[in-house]
Amino acid sequence: MTEIVLTVEDVEVTFPTGTLIDGLRGRPRSIKGVAGVSFSVARGETFALVGESGSGKTTLARAINGLQPVSAGHIEFEGKAVEGQDRAGLKAMRRRMSMMFQDPVGSLSPRLNVGQLIAEPFRIHGVEGRDLRGEVVRLLNLVGLSNDFAERYPHQLSGGQARRVGVARSIALDPTLIIADEPTAGLDVSVQGEVLNLLNDLRERLGLSMVIITHNLHVVHHVADRVAVMYLGRFVETGPTGEVFRDPRHPYTAALLSANPEPDPDKAHDRISLPAEVPSLLNRPPGCEFHTRCPWAREDCRTRVPRPEPLGNRMISCHYPLEAGAKPPERTPA
Amino acid sequence: MSEAVSEPPAEVGTFRRTMRRLLREPLGVFGLSLVILVVGAAVFADLLASAEPSRISPRDRFLPPSADHLMGTDQLGRDLFARVLHGGRIALLVAVGSTVVSLLIGIVLGLIAGYGPRWLDNILILVFDALKSFPTVMLALALVTLFGPSLTAVVVVVILVNVPGYARIIRTQTIALKSSEYVTAAQSMGASPARILRVHVLPNVVGPIVILASMDIPVVIAIEAGMSFLGLGVRPPTPSWGAILNDGFANIRESAWIVIAGGVPIILTTLGFTFLGETLRDVFDPRLKGRG
Amino acid sequence: MTVLAVSGLSVEFTTEGGTLQALRDVSFEVPERKIVGVVGESGCGKSTLINAILGLLADNGHVSAGEILFEGAQELTTLDPTSMRALRGERISTVFQDPMGALNPVLSVGRQMVNVQYRSGRSKAEKTARAVEMLQKVRIPDAEKAVNRYPHEFSGGMKQRIAIAMALMMEPALLIADEPTTALDATLEVATIELLKELQEEIGCSVLFISHHLGVIAELCDEVIVMYAGEVVERGDVRDIFNDPRHPYAHRLLDCDPARQKGLVRHLPTIPGEIPDLRARPEGCIFRPRCHRAEARCTETPPEIVVSPGHMARCWVAEVPERAEAAR
Repeated sequence: MTEIVLTVEDVEVTFPTGTLIDGLRGRPRSIKGVAGVSFSVARGETFALVGESGSGKTTLARAINGLQPVSAGHIEFEGKAVEGQDRAGLKAMRRRMSMMFQDPVGSLSPRLNVGQLIAEPFRIHGVEGRDLRGEVVRLLNLVGLSNDFAERYPHQLSGGQARRVGVARSIALDPTLIIADEPTAGLDVSVQGEVLNLLNDLRERLGLSMVIITHNLHVVHHVADRVAVMYLGRFVETGPTGEVFRDPRHPYTAALLSANPEPDPDKAHDRISLPAEVPSLLNRPPGCEFHTRCPWAREDCRTRVPRPEPLGNRMISCHYPLEAGAKPPERTPA
Repeated sequence: MSEAVSEPPAEVGTFRRTMRRLLREPLGVFGLSLVILVVGAAVFADLLASAEPSRISPRDRFLPPSADHLMGTDQLGRDLFARVLHGGRIALLVAVGSTVVSLLIGIVLGLIAGYGPRWLDNILILVFDALKSFPTVMLALALVTLFGPSLTAVVVVVILVNVPGYARIIRTQTIALKSSEYVTAAQSMGASPARILRVHVLPNVVGPIVILASMDIPVVIAIEAGMSFLGLGVRPPTPSWGAILNDGFANIRESAWIVIAGGVPIILTTLGFTFLGETLRDVFDPRLKGRG
Repeated sequence: MTVLAVSGLSVEFTTEGGTLQALRDVSFEVPERKIVGVVGESGCGKSTLINAILGLLADNGHVSAGEILFEGAQELTTLDPTSMRALRGERISTVFQDPMGALNPVLSVGRQMVNVQYRSGRSKAEKTARAVEMLQKVRIPDAEKAVNRYPHEFSGGMKQRIAIAMALMMEPALLIADEPTTALDATLEVATIELLKELQEEIGCSVLFISHHLGVIAELCDEVIVMYAGEVVERGDVRDIFNDPRHPYAHRLLDCDPARQKGLVRHLPTIPGEIPDLRARPEGCIFRPRCHRAEARCTETPPEIVVSPGHMARCWVAEVPERAEAAR
């Protein structure tokens, strides 16, 4: 039995929107950014949350870290509930669970130098009896930066270097879990690999668990053990990464996978193109929420809400999961 | 994937880089020279002016400038050159001192309003707006009526006038930084609000406000001179530019030198600090151009 | 006919740290009715190239050598600002990464699209009709009503499509598209490039398409220019570049795309090192410090080797493909 580090059960996050008048006119006064998701992460496992903008993946990450209150459900980290912790409890928890943010340079305080930035977690948690200078050097070397980087300021770093500093900060206090929000965003292709390799190495060496959030499925292919695909704040498909890549069963996963143009000019594209725009969270479609864009949608998809059902190793929220290699049906104009 | 052609933000630059840029601006050089002249004169007042600024000498009333009295004497025969230099000391002390105190109060209140709970922010904003709505002169008159004319009254007026402006600017910037990724990152590490404000917010909001404050120094000098001119500020016989101006105004028929001695330093100091402040602002932060 | 011919273009910026050579000896052509892709990573000079073509270099930058010939007639580096302005938006138009750069938030979309046609001599009604027609072409639903709406009422994908519609309104000879799909979600990205290709064929304009996304370039472009540190290191037909890259940088860059890794790998390929400081360029080949194939002769400026007609690589070892060398 593997040890579970993080458990997320039926978590919902709502944001207030609109005014009292909107409420009186029958419009929703709050929107669900995350609308009931469940998963768990085992020790040493990498779990990927994949979704496009507005899918709620970043909100979910913030909720796990306690930066965003949850409106329903339960989050448990190392056996303790995250919701309802007081400041001291959260602080103790955050020592064991670190977070990396999207913007490699923007998540570094602009007036602190790299040495100060890496020493920051030690200072916050008042870790005594350690040689801070030595720790900074150790961490710099661990992420592949030379000692003289300690004197540099964030604006003097390239995106890749800044990202390495972010990684060093996040592993400083030997956490059990790292939540990485778009760890390769804004990085050049030749540097993306470096960062993913580094995260992979560290995970193996330090036995870390990781939650990686990304919009690019290909980024997680080589890194994640399991992947969850999010759409409008819900998981539509969850399963082992390899399997999901080989034969996506949910139409949205299939569309997302086929949407990435391949760097091969002669590649014939059996592309599943999604019509229409992503629905607004203010106005969730009835039935299956993906039916407005789903090429396979049938009549009852408009009315019947699918629940996540197990299918082999996976969980799928779809009435009619795809067979392997399914092609979209000829579209008849509505 | 933007190009790395632009230079690093000037705010992070060194003192030497700032000076180099400042010295490239003719207006900045002019302002800096004037400020050095005025500050130097005030600091070395005792060495430069041998005469005692408050010593009355009835035989030497209304003397024109001469080798003995570089700026002449006033209606009581006091040496105007000595009075101007020592008056400069008072003016600068009041200006710099009260500006620094208002800055400190403004920064603290601004950080609290920007980062603290919403209700506290609302109360503070209400107080700032209430204070701002008083015209300076009315505020000064009210205070002097309550506590009597004194140097302290001048300082209190200046603080009450300046704090709301500084606090509002700090508050706005703090609110903007509150949702920045690096502040969120610090929160996610478990940093306390005090630490976030001290380490991550303060260093990033303090630059522009210091420059704005340096541009306020001439305004403060004018307030001090104005209040002393009206007899609401510095008490005689302590020398003050405003008081000298008032003396000159009363005795304009006897000698024009007194008004000149009181007025010219006010003009020079105001110009000097204004030019220096404006150039500094442009050098540090072009975004602030045209503000304040 | 060649719509745009850039030859020997060098651009320098004066900075406090010295003179920065942002572009060095850049040459390429954009033929009529073709889509030419420019691919490269941060600091490769893509943005400088666009700004140089549009005559919008920052105050501290200038063209130090070379020329940019537009439609075989106008030399853009020496063109006076008035003629340049007339050219921009009329014969040369642009689409940027952020559509809000092109859209004014306080004017309705239709009003802005009418304004773009101010030189056309059409009547007000014709202009409005044209705006509606363009919106339909970029698949904005309810185009007749959409002209009266404001930019914030559209989603990000729609805003970018409106920006494309505005750019193509005057049927320019050249469209410069600077990472137009980078900010969009994957499912919208493919829809946008398909649309762009469709419109380009219909209007018959040429496109200079800048992107760091190799997949998008492969799918959309006829010809490709690979840039590194301000130099064109390789250019040629899209198949030449993607199937037979000869410059070690182009080769490495293609390897790095995670979408190219078919099997599951634990270690993704990378290009070690950083781009050189453009204020102090290394002697010889610009890529030498990071190149795994570097030889002694690479300390001398490499020649532009013609691999096949239209396929050029600026590299001493370009004649030998990397795979062949590895097999030896």
